[in-house]
Amino acid sequence: MGQFSYLAGEAVLAISALALLMVGVFAGKRSVSIVRYGSIIALLIFAFAGYVFNDQGTAFGGAFIADSFGHYVKTLLGLTAAAALWFSRSYFQREKLDQFEYSILLLFAVLGMGTMVSSGNLLSLYIGLELQSLALYVMATFNRDSLRSSEAGLKYFVLGALSSGLLLYGMSLIYGFTGSIAYDGIAQYLSGHEHVSGGVVAGLVFMLSGLAFKISAAPFHMWTPDVYEGAPTPVTGFFAGAPKLAALALITRLVTGPFGGIEQSWQQVLVALAVLSMLVGAFGALTQTNIKRLMAYSSIANMGYALVALSAGGQAGVNGMLIFMSIYLVTIVGTFACILQMRTRDGMVENISDLGGLSKDNLPLAIIFSALMFSVAGIPFFVGFFGKWFAFAPAFGSGLAWLVVVALLASVVGAFYYLRIIKTIWFDDQVQSFVKAPPSLAVLSSVSALLLFPVLLLPFVASPVLALIERAASSLF
Amino acid sequence: MFTGIPILSLITFIPLFGALALIGMSRLSKAEGKEQIEKNAPRVALVTTLAVFALSLLLVLNFDTTTSQHQFYEEMEWLGGGIKYRMGVDGISILFILLTAFLTPLCIVASAKSVKTRILEYMVAFLVLETLMIGVFCALDMVLFYLFFEAVLLPMFIIIGVWGGKDRVYAAYKFFLYTLLGSVLMLAAMLWLYHYSGTVGAPTTDIRELAKLDIPTGAQTWLWLAFFASFAVKMPMWPVHTWLPDAHVQAPTAGSVILAGILLKLGGYGLIRFSIPMFPDASLYFAPFVFWLSIIGIIYTSLVAYRQEDMKKLIAYSSVAHMGFVTMGIFAVNMQGMQGAIFQMISHGIVSGALFFAVGVIYDRMHTREIAFYGGIVKYMPMYAAVFMLFTMANVGLPGTSGFVGEILTMVGAYQVNPWIAVGAASGMVLSAVYALHLYREVIFGEVKNDKLEGIKDLTGREIFIMAPLVVMTILLGIYPSLVTDITAVSVEALLADFNAKIGN
Repeated sequence: MGQFSYLAGEAVLAISALALLMVGVFAGKRSVSIVRYGSIIALLIFAFAGYVFNDQGTAFGGAFIADSFGHYVKTLLGLTAAAALWFSRSYFQREKLDQFEYSILLLFAVLGMGTMVSSGNLLSLYIGLELQSLALYVMATFNRDSLRSSEAGLKYFVLGALSSGLLLYGMSLIYGFTGSIAYDGIAQYLSGHEHVSGGVVAGLVFMLSGLAFKISAAPFHMWTPDVYEGAPTPVTGFFAGAPKLAALALITRLVTGPFGGIEQSWQQVLVALAVLSMLVGAFGALTQTNIKRLMAYSSIANMGYALVALSAGGQAGVNGMLIFMSIYLVTIVGTFACILQMRTRDGMVENISDLGGLSKDNLPLAIIFSALMFSVAGIPFFVGFFGKWFAFAPAFGSGLAWLVVVALLASVVGAFYYLRIIKTIWFDDQVQSFVKAPPSLAVLSSVSALLLFPVLLLPFVASPVLALIERAASSLF
Repeated sequence: MFTGIPILSLITFIPLFGALALIGMSRLSKAEGKEQIEKNAPRVALVTTLAVFALSLLLVLNFDTTTSQHQFYEEMEWLGGGIKYRMGVDGISILFILLTAFLTPLCIVASAKSVKTRILEYMVAFLVLETLMIGVFCALDMVLFYLFFEAVLLPMFIIIGVWGGKDRVYAAYKFFLYTLLGSVLMLAAMLWLYHYSGTVGAPTTDIRELAKLDIPTGAQTWLWLAFFASFAVKMPMWPVHTWLPDAHVQAPTAGSVILAGILLKLGGYGLIRFSIPMFPDASLYFAPFVFWLSIIGIIYTSLVAYRQEDMKKLIAYSSVAHMGFVTMGIFAVNMQGMQGAIFQMISHGIVSGALFFAVGVIYDRMHTREIAFYGGIVKYMPMYAAVFMLFTMANVGLPGTSGFVGEILTMVGAYQVNPWIAVGAASGMVLSAVYALHLYREVIFGEVKNDKLEGIKDLTGREIFIMAPLVVMTILLGIYPSLVTDITAVSVEALLADFNAKIGN
């Protein structure tokens, strides 16, 4: 099979995206469902292609790396993207936005993410990142008649372009000072030089800043609440999940690959990003009334926690980050499947107060929603706690105990606003009834709540998954 | 008898299965069936908790009191990296399991009539709560312990928030965030311990293995403080006790009983299980600090209790005072102190639980807990007055009741360390007589000042059913304390021997 099998997943995505685009163009409105289901199948193939071939190696002269890390991350990306596409259906149909282009855009975005995750040099990194970002900009404005949606897309685009500029500038510095765009070339140069030149460090900082935009780590988070609020809800659900993981995986690849030798240089940057994100996420969310904005701040805080693991460095750190992000993604899919069920007879509602008395009206949804919130707050017995346990444990090995204490204290502040949702659901009086949710959403939210609660705790489920993650993390070293 | 049967897991998880069965049945049945199930929910819960009680009674009867080893041990692979599912009990933990299994059915009986809304969810919450509380005492793995310890907050948060009084939301928040803040510091310390165990050997979270670690004195200080932050809030110790009166006043009767009876003991149990054996140097170093906090707590909260106008608040403050005896006894780190602390926790679990039930009895009739509202109800409720008298005396620590044994033992323990500590604690005993007798006189004796009290009914059959076992246990433990101390003795001895060996070198 040779080099093709390395990028089989990406090839399937690219080909099916183009083919489905043709189907959509020629068959018009009727084809929306076909395109959607075709895309979901393509995403599922993408998710497991890596493990089917299970190859390790590089293609295109080192520009594309296939390894267990990439396989695992792509599995998560494919699954969350498929879930995001799945939960967009009922929303778009009811809002009369159901167009086949959405599925195609999502496929291209995931294709870009796959390329980012597997990038072997700065060029493939940038191509992947831009492919992803351009698709995401359009998705944010998908409800083009809505002012909020267009505004969200524009904001996202302008700030995203700025971050791309930072990234490019950083890359040019790196190239200038090391003479290579290939990851192993950069690593070789850095290991050959005792003293790291300031240019490389500056380039590194610029690159990390550019990528911090993509994971919405503070202080590069400003776009997040507005975009999350403005974009159509299923799009927000997608934004909160897959792109975050892709960008984090890219950062992981950078700091373990080309810059693995200059740990002290990037560690400080990541620690600073982590602390700021956790604090901004925790305190910013306190006064939010819109649940999508709340989730925006929640995702900022969660990126901070993931960065705590990453800044610990080493295999344990990557391991912790992957475990944390896996759990986070399940939570995000479930939470947005719940938010999408917040529909009254007059349309979607997104204020937290609209959830009042949900436990009297719709007990299953109330239980699932509460379970998801408790989980993301990191309260034990929900798997979110284990995410934090594994994410924070490595930091003690790198002398970052203080960072863990900060993270845990921030999580107490965070618990306050997750509790507010639970309080609204259980203690407040009923404000309204939600219409019956389409089965697709109910199934999705229940499945992710089930995944979060008991299933992952059972040893025969936990051990193989943890072993898989362990292998993924070890492939980077 | 229990070879091959995972008895501890059974005891722990039977209530959970009961809860799941309740939810499942109500979801699956049609509208009219639902009402029937709502009606039967307390019965299902009662049967479940009685089964748990029977099993834990068998457990205690089969417990070997001659060894300090953990018994009924279960182990299973879980998360890898040394984190395993480990359950086991020793003399220190087993009685708390029995106490939990003893109080929960009573709570269910008490709530069956007094809870008017969403009774099914209420029962589910209590069953889940029982699973978590028993789990804390069974867990021999640090991660597992933390899971249970922390997860207890969830059902309690819901119980206070949904079925509580007027300011329930505020109280629920305060309860949750206060304890969470303490716990996350403990979590950080646990992560450190896990990491440290990996640097000296294979990483493990086995509590018994961790107790054997030789932790550097400097690190012990920090770890001790982190664990103490969590346990002191749970106990609660002065000055981090302020969540307790709010939570108690707002919680429904059964919630208060569980809160005072079991949840407060988690802190004391944690101190005995973690702080003393794992950080002996730091425990010794901080012992005077703990004594000061305990004595201030005992005297201060006793004085505060005297000035309360709400019966539940008064009892809540008296709980803080009684927990002061527990911490004092634990950090005396000698046989009498430690035994007394455990005894005091068991006894307080029964007595304070009973007092909250007693308040619940008249609250159900008059819907107020204001002391000034009542007076002279001995005229209408002679039986109630007698029962309340017994528990008041037990709360004061009258000889012959269980309250006396714990207090005297902890004071004897503290006296050996420093007589002045015992003096402080003894003055607390005097003050406890002041506030408890004040409460009794205002409520039970005196003129009937309030017409509304006219014709208030004495204890019903259901209430007698609840009070009788509590009365029996209070007196039984008071005149025959060996029931408790025989079971705990060997484990406590081993604990102290380990402690002395560690600080000796």
